[in-house]
Amino acid sequence: MLMDNLGTWIVWPILLPLIAIIPIFLLKRPGAANVSLVTAAAIVLAVAGLARQVLTNGEQSHAVGGWDAPLGIMLHADGLSVFMLMMTAIVGAITSIYAAGYRFQGGGDSGSSSGYFFWPLSMFLWAALNVLFLAADIFNLYIGLELLSLAAVALVTLERKRDATVAGMRYLLASFLGSLAYLLGVALLYTAFGTLDLELLGARIQPDLPTAVAIMLITLGTALKTALFPLHFWLPPAHGSAPTPVSALLSALVVKASFYLLLRLWFEVFPAALTPAIAQMLGLLGAVGILWGSFLALRQHKLKALVAFSTVAQVGYLFLLFPLASTSAGWGVDAWSGGVYHAFAHACAKAAMFMAAGTLAYAIGSDQLDRLAGTFQHYPFSVTALTLAGVSLMGLPPSGGFIGKWLLLNSALASGQWWFALVILTGSLLATGYVTMVLSHILLRPPDAAPIDPRNTNVSFTLEFAALLLALIALGLGLAATPMLALLRIGMPFTGY
Amino acid sequence: MELSALIPLLVLASSILPSLLIFFLGEDRARLRIWLYLGAEIVKLLLVVFMLEGIYLGQSYETRIPLLPGVDFLLRANALAMLFLMLSAGLWLVTTIYAIGYMEELPYHGRFYGFFGLSVTSTAGLALAGNLFTFYFFYETLTLATYPLVVHRQTREALAAGRTYMRYAVAGGALLLLGVVWLQSLVGPVEFTEGGSLVGRNLNTSALVAIFALMIAGLGVKTALFPLHGWLPMAMIAPAPVSALVHAVAVVKAGAFGIVRVVYEVFGLGLCRQLGVLFPLSLVASTTIIYGSLRALTQDDLKRRLAYSTVSQLSYIVLGVAIVGTASTIGGIVHLMHQGIMKITLFFCAGILAHTLGITRISEMDGVGRRMPATMVAFSIAVFGMIGLPPFAGFISKWYLGLGAVEAGQIWSVAVLITSTLLNMAYFLPIVYAAWFKAPAAPFTEKLPPGRFETGPLLLAPALTTALLTLLFGLFAASDFSPLQWSALIAERELTTQPEVLGP
Repeated sequence: MLMDNLGTWIVWPILLPLIAIIPIFLLKRPGAANVSLVTAAAIVLAVAGLARQVLTNGEQSHAVGGWDAPLGIMLHADGLSVFMLMMTAIVGAITSIYAAGYRFQGGGDSGSSSGYFFWPLSMFLWAALNVLFLAADIFNLYIGLELLSLAAVALVTLERKRDATVAGMRYLLASFLGSLAYLLGVALLYTAFGTLDLELLGARIQPDLPTAVAIMLITLGTALKTALFPLHFWLPPAHGSAPTPVSALLSALVVKASFYLLLRLWFEVFPAALTPAIAQMLGLLGAVGILWGSFLALRQHKLKALVAFSTVAQVGYLFLLFPLASTSAGWGVDAWSGGVYHAFAHACAKAAMFMAAGTLAYAIGSDQLDRLAGTFQHYPFSVTALTLAGVSLMGLPPSGGFIGKWLLLNSALASGQWWFALVILTGSLLATGYVTMVLSHILLRPPDAAPIDPRNTNVSFTLEFAALLLALIALGLGLAATPMLALLRIGMPFTGY
Repeated sequence: MELSALIPLLVLASSILPSLLIFFLGEDRARLRIWLYLGAEIVKLLLVVFMLEGIYLGQSYETRIPLLPGVDFLLRANALAMLFLMLSAGLWLVTTIYAIGYMEELPYHGRFYGFFGLSVTSTAGLALAGNLFTFYFFYETLTLATYPLVVHRQTREALAAGRTYMRYAVAGGALLLLGVVWLQSLVGPVEFTEGGSLVGRNLNTSALVAIFALMIAGLGVKTALFPLHGWLPMAMIAPAPVSALVHAVAVVKAGAFGIVRVVYEVFGLGLCRQLGVLFPLSLVASTTIIYGSLRALTQDDLKRRLAYSTVSQLSYIVLGVAIVGTASTIGGIVHLMHQGIMKITLFFCAGILAHTLGITRISEMDGVGRRMPATMVAFSIAVFGMIGLPPFAGFISKWYLGLGAVEAGQIWSVAVLITSTLLNMAYFLPIVYAAWFKAPAAPFTEKLPPGRFETGPLLLAPALTTALLTLLFGLFAASDFSPLQWSALIAERELTTQPEVLGP
């Protein structure tokens, strides 16, 4: 029976990080980093294996320990799951590389302890994400969500800085409130229909009052965790003040996890409840988020805060998927895959951008925009990474962001919802505004050519390399759309394609 | 993959690969960089000439790669594509030689040549784009590749200009994208077809008019159509080789070429006429022609005067497109090429003056003809071409434009052309007069060490070459493979598919 479990790819993305936590806890920092990097490579391989399996054999289901639903724990992998696992594997692995070269500040004995805790916590976070993406029932989704929050909040406060602790506290409250609302919704659904399994639930669900309340609670809870406008208040301080590798993980992956949940539930469990009014409402909030987040990004004076506000805007695009994909199947596929593609591209681009921003901030000891002049001369790779990531955020070809934008725009116009088309394009313009604003500060050659404080110029090349690699992947997604979309569309909630 | 499908890809690869490679070469590998670059340019020119012959003989070159479900990345050469491709490949070579002579004073050569090559790759992609999606793709990569060139000096001023440039360019791209996606949502992917790809489809007229307006507005930003021209004079902050390329082939031509594609190969002249969009377009073009000339009159900064002159001259192409008829089509299309070589000559000369004597203002140019005769001969030839004097290239363009306007019965267009010619004289001839016949107010400040020639030979040779071409394209307009004959071939292929278009 044990061999049954281990012989299939699907369990490894969850097992590997969990197994790795034990040696990581036992080892001191350099050892912990090495174990984590090896584990990261192993997870990438496991996800690649699973992706191949899904590509050749279609969707995969697996009963953990051999117990079938409703008794046992079911894992399920379709195109969407694999897509999210790949996103997590790429960003997670490269962030691990970055973190290996990063110097965490604060902590008790000269910074070593806070840096050390990054490794078990990030593995924990990774395991939680993979549980979430592979869970086949709404209770395991909850478990994944809760583990994720715990790891994420702990990571934010890793450096024990005052502003990060305050932001982490706020994040903790928002996150638990979100989880609580979700759990209430799950309880209501279980009471009414007697099952937690996504597929069974989808078949049994009835439109009545308790169901409507449950759906509302679940949606509110996950929207809060995804930082949908106006529930985004917790995100900029938490993402802006966290240590850089953590900011990258949070903005790239953690907000996508709750979004994934929303996507699964709305399209596969209660699609009938997605009335035009509700879909428009979600889309409208997303649209306001795009405009408001970008507008605030333009008004920031600190680089990491600006990048964090950009996340608020970019998350808005994800919610445009609901009105665009729900109206009809014809362009629904485009909108659905465009939104998910956007999530993937944003994950790579935003993590790259945070890493590059963090490198520059670390090098000059500040991330004030007007102190960045001259950094290009010393850190061309980081600036290049930031710029390429910016291209994806602007949604210009050739980048993954462009593919997402094109698909969303296509379905907006094909379904006659031109107002969303205008929002998408305005969002690109605003993104151009804040990216070029940053570049104008960075590229400025200081008049006296003042050398940068040499104490900080010994930035590890690992930092620059990791950011650039991830930015190039964000760009490459623009050229790899055909195979990627083919993978994503395996087992998607649309028929006839 | 067959050879005919491989060649368009090779044309792109011939400039994109060396450009990417250059980013990874050390800043001190100047010699290797230059040889790599020049080698790539020769390869590219050879490929283009090979294609040119094939297209003339009716061969087709097509590369199709699916990029998204239902959306292809499509490269396809036709006569029109080859005109722009030839312009892009040819001017890349002369501008590179000029840049080698010019760039010594500026840092970051690797970055400069890298993005320079990527810009040229984008224009080659624009030339070969076989559908609207691919065209849009390269339209945006051109924006991205030219931004680092505009801000190359990394001064506060250059970065401000860069921000303005990006704002205009991305907004233009967004309008174009909206038009492209809207049209695609109505009819599926739109491929460029000689005679128009929307011909014979029954579509909602008002939607088509709106799509046309969106596309022209989006393309008009790069074409610098009034009132979307604001970025162009600001972008003058870029180093001279960049300005030369931007004004002759890279950015502004991308817009003008796009307008030609949209009118002739997407909508088709017949449909445009039915929709009634050509008259407004000709009005916009005429306004821009006059407005650009008037603004040019008052500029004392030489590059700014040239920039406003570009605003005006580009709209000749648009005007030619907007007037229905064979002669005007030929005039508009041939001006794509003629304006390119004339304007690049002027910018080369302006760069030489600034580089050699520190002259940037017209008021400082008194008597400069005696100090720099060869440069000013080239400048004067280009000026005469711009004005439209025979036997220079510009005369050919204006003659066909005027002929077309008369044929189509649009006498007011003739009036616009005449007014513009007078204005051209008013803002160009005083420069030529001052340079040759006035005495210098003070001795010139020499910025270069004295040499055999009046300035660096690598600066002078490109300017003289393009000036010579200005003369030759005019003198030998009637011979085979001249830009005029090629444009006539294009016009024939674009218009004969719909003989009824030319009727009353």
